[in-house]
Amino acid sequence: MTSSALPPMSGTLHAPESSAEHHPQFVRVAELRRAPLAFVLDGKAVSALSGDTVLTAILTQQREVRRSEFSGEPRAGFCLIGACQDCWVRSEDGARLRACSTLLAEGMRIVTRSAVPAGYAANAGADGGAGDVRDANNVAADGAAS
Amino acid sequence: MTHEQRVVIVGAGPAGVRAAETLVAAGVRPVVLDENARWGGQIYRQPPANGAFERTKQTLYGFEARKADALHTTMAALLPHLDYRPDTLAWSCGRGRLDTLHAGRETGVPFTHLIIASGATDRVLPVPGWTLPGVYTLGGAQVALKSQGCSIGQRVVLAGTGPLLYLVAYQYVKAGAQVVAVLDTSALSQQIAAAPKLARQPVTLAKGLYYVGWLRAHGVRIERHVTLVGIGGEHHVNTITWHGAGNRTTNETLACDAVGLGFGLRPETQLADLASCRFRFDAQNRCWLPELDAAGRASVPGIYLAGDGAGIAGADAAELAGRRTALAVLDDLGIAHPRGPDMPGAASLERRLQRIALFRQGLEAAFALPVDTASQWPDEMTVCRCEEVDAGTLRGCIRSGGATEINRLKALTRVGMGRCQGRMCGEAALALLSAETGKPLEALGRLRSQPPVKPIPLSPALYADDVAEIPEEARDE
Repeated sequence: MTSSALPPMSGTLHAPESSAEHHPQFVRVAELRRAPLAFVLDGKAVSALSGDTVLTAILTQQREVRRSEFSGEPRAGFCLIGACQDCWVRSEDGARLRACSTLLAEGMRIVTRSAVPAGYAANAGADGGAGDVRDANNVAADGAAS
Repeated sequence: MTHEQRVVIVGAGPAGVRAAETLVAAGVRPVVLDENARWGGQIYRQPPANGAFERTKQTLYGFEARKADALHTTMAALLPHLDYRPDTLAWSCGRGRLDTLHAGRETGVPFTHLIIASGATDRVLPVPGWTLPGVYTLGGAQVALKSQGCSIGQRVVLAGTGPLLYLVAYQYVKAGAQVVAVLDTSALSQQIAAAPKLARQPVTLAKGLYYVGWLRAHGVRIERHVTLVGIGGEHHVNTITWHGAGNRTTNETLACDAVGLGFGLRPETQLADLASCRFRFDAQNRCWLPELDAAGRASVPGIYLAGDGAGIAGADAAELAGRRTALAVLDDLGIAHPRGPDMPGAASLERRLQRIALFRQGLEAAFALPVDTASQWPDEMTVCRCEEVDAGTLRGCIRSGGATEINRLKALTRVGMGRCQGRMCGEAALALLSAETGKPLEALGRLRSQPPVKPIPLSPALYADDVAEIPEEARDE
């Protein structure tokens, strides 16, 4: 695998140690020659690779995918096989996605922090309630998207 | 098979595929439901079909490439002969009917004979800091690499115990990822003491030794008999801290940005529970398992289990057990067993399963769970990551006399009540209850399964089938 064969992407292979606070969580070590896939993450246009799960697409950009409903602590998935339910994110239209078991589609618009200002546990709690209401209102969208 | 006889298999891993193969060879056309998008289960998981993934099976599955390829090829050839439904969650099981969800649509799947080959998930014990971004299950770390070509971080520590610890480390280093340490909570002496039983599967034992030797040769730090103290970091993993057996007062800390954490596997038994199968406590699996006869029949007629979902025994055993339960289904249907060089008989299958069971005893002894960890968990450590219930809350509830049984503890504290239904915290909650009450695990009750076994969207479409069955005059009620 040569670097000249790499498609453009934002996930870095070997970031220096000093950038540890800012580098994404996942590191691509293989399968780098897949086609790029554009999507929108928290309003920002970014790129992943065809065949990425939504979780991979997010975690090659950043280090968290959601905030817990109670403490507001950041989470970034855990089991990766659809068992722990700790990687739920939303699409911009409110549909709920389990990121580890949903394949990224071109142009997907993913929200990991819209209603939750980072670090504010109290707001996170309020969002939990609002989120539940959206669940009920967007059930059909949920199904269509999963 | 008449239309009254409907055989359904849940799971398309090693057990499910071999069960299907045996049934098809006998002229039965089963329904195969699988939650995954592609067959192979977790161990022989295939990368997504449409992404132009390039790694060979040799790269993906190593020593197991031949077995993985054989299983994949078998299932591909079976497709015209069965009703295969991938991306389909079986979320409840009642008398003669499964409830399934596919692409947001509910479908009831009736059965007369059901083979549950639902597999396993990582067995997880919490460590302070285990909810931080960057901590994944060991199996999850493997899935990231196998299915997505990703390492879970730049500086990875693999911690816990079990053979998977060394396999994942080997696969990571081989793929070019950086593994800064393997922290094994079990002692080398345990592994040596178990060697006679492990030697019953000499090839498997040799592979395990090979991984350890290879890792050492590649400069990967391996620490055994460690006690994990905690994972540090504010918003994500920055460090892991442990101490060794010989020096309980001096902690060691290593900088890392990801941790793969696992302590073996735990079976997924929810569907058998919802089908009202009788359970027994199994000391080796440290959990309640459906009672099965040697052929895989559960206590409820028409329900069969095979593979890790019936008790952890590994992929080879899962293939054998899948075949064995299919033969039991054929017996119960009055259909002759298929014959041929690739169709071993029931007695041969049971003999081979017995040999693996003995090996398994050795493996469990070699990588036994750390003892007395629960009593050392700090009160503020999160035990249930869904409902965010900490160890102190659980202790308070137990010490006040509120709960001496796991379902009671769940009702009072919400531990195990969240989205994962106790898959990630059940082991820990029981360990803590055991430590506090001084009672053995089997005296603490069994966490009851609830439908849906995984979260499903609340959608009107979900109930379309049932609504149609309600008499017109009753609809307004």
